[in-house]
Amino acid sequence: MEYVNLFVRSIFIENMVFAYFLGMCSYLAVSKTVKTAVGLGAAVIFVLSITVPINFLLDNYLLRPGALQWLGAEYADVDLSFLSFIMFIAVIASMVQLVEMIVEKFAPALYGALGIFLPLIAVNCAILGGSLFMQQKDFGAITEAITYGFGSGVGWFLAILGIAAIREKIAYSNIPAPLKGLGITFIITGLMALGFMSFMGIKI
Amino acid sequence: MANEKKMTSEEKEAKKNEMILFMSNSEEKEHFLSKGNRKLLSDPLDDNNPITVQVLGICSALAITVQLEPAVVMAIAVVAVMAFSNMIISMLRNMIPSRIRIIVQLVVVASLVVLVDQILKAYAYDVSKQLSVFIGLIITNCIVMGRLEAFALGNGVYKSFLDGVGNAAGYGLILIIVAFFRELLGSGKLFGFEVLGHKGATLAESSGLYAFGYENNGLMLLSPMALIVVGLIIWVQRARNRKLIEETN
Repeated sequence: MEYVNLFVRSIFIENMVFAYFLGMCSYLAVSKTVKTAVGLGAAVIFVLSITVPINFLLDNYLLRPGALQWLGAEYADVDLSFLSFIMFIAVIASMVQLVEMIVEKFAPALYGALGIFLPLIAVNCAILGGSLFMQQKDFGAITEAITYGFGSGVGWFLAILGIAAIREKIAYSNIPAPLKGLGITFIITGLMALGFMSFMGIKI
Repeated sequence: MANEKKMTSEEKEAKKNEMILFMSNSEEKEHFLSKGNRKLLSDPLDDNNPITVQVLGICSALAITVQLEPAVVMAIAVVAVMAFSNMIISMLRNMIPSRIRIIVQLVVVASLVVLVDQILKAYAYDVSKQLSVFIGLIITNCIVMGRLEAFALGNGVYKSFLDGVGNAAGYGLILIIVAFFRELLGSGKLFGFEVLGHKGATLAESSGLYAFGYENNGLMLLSPMALIVVGLIIWVQRARNRKLIEETN
């Protein structure tokens, strides 16, 4: 039950895009068609649900104050937490490289469609954000970290899918010229975020 | 210091190359604030703004625009990180193999961000608590990587420095504008000072605008409003500067 709650929270209430504005760059740039949006969204789910648990282990057994205790009592007061940014981003960058190679091998069409944005998942704030929030939330078990990573990936996927569908629909709408493109996308995202706020307070 | 003297000949060679690079760029006999260099600084403020035109770097920062103070601190942090990372990558640009450049860039940026984070924790603890994970997220701020890729890898050190400062300033400008409106309309304060007067429990106890029955707009405090305010800023900017208008939706 606890896990379902965490899962639903990370999708709807603490949605990466709508609550924290993370991963907005690729969210705005790749959301012109539903097809590429689905591809990128799937890649983000995959990378998030791998990197968050790995970084959880790293944080618990290497970085946080006292984490090195398993090496022996004399390491008990070592605090390496200032290294966490660098460690996290290194894990993420290498995982993204791996995903890139897998996609290139098994789905060349998708690779072509995603173009430059696949390597840029490495600098997608949602990925690093997932790890940093995981660190802040102080999860007790790795299963919680997996649930959180997967849930926030699904939340990001839903967000980009929604905006891509809306942008396909409004392609022929009559919008004031200065608002065309970016402006209206921002405002629609804002309205979607307002909608997502209505999930606040849901507890399962 | 002692280590420096023990440089191997290889390192000396590299250092010499670096110096030559640096020299050859300043040998262009450009005045330090020539027209081209000024343009590097001023272009990102309006015509080529990172947020409203290049669409980079929206990620990490809109969440901290509820109040002006964290927004200003964030803007300063981004200026520092971008200026120095642009400079360092530009110095290293002929030595980085292009296949691993993203990881090199990430490491440089991450180390600078760690520095900023530690300094903030030491000297501005409250603000650093307020910014929480968002300082760390400067690492993945697309505008930092974007400028490294697009500018620092192909330009001289001083120009890259200016480009970094300019882009970070353009980014900070939008942050500060958004935070200004959100704090002013949302809680009637600027930097925590009650500029619109004091709101008491009743009309009689209130002063300033609140004495006339003015109410704060609580909607501005919610996160979606940051996006909508940016949308409106884009609208104003493009209505003023029509060459930025896009053709399609």
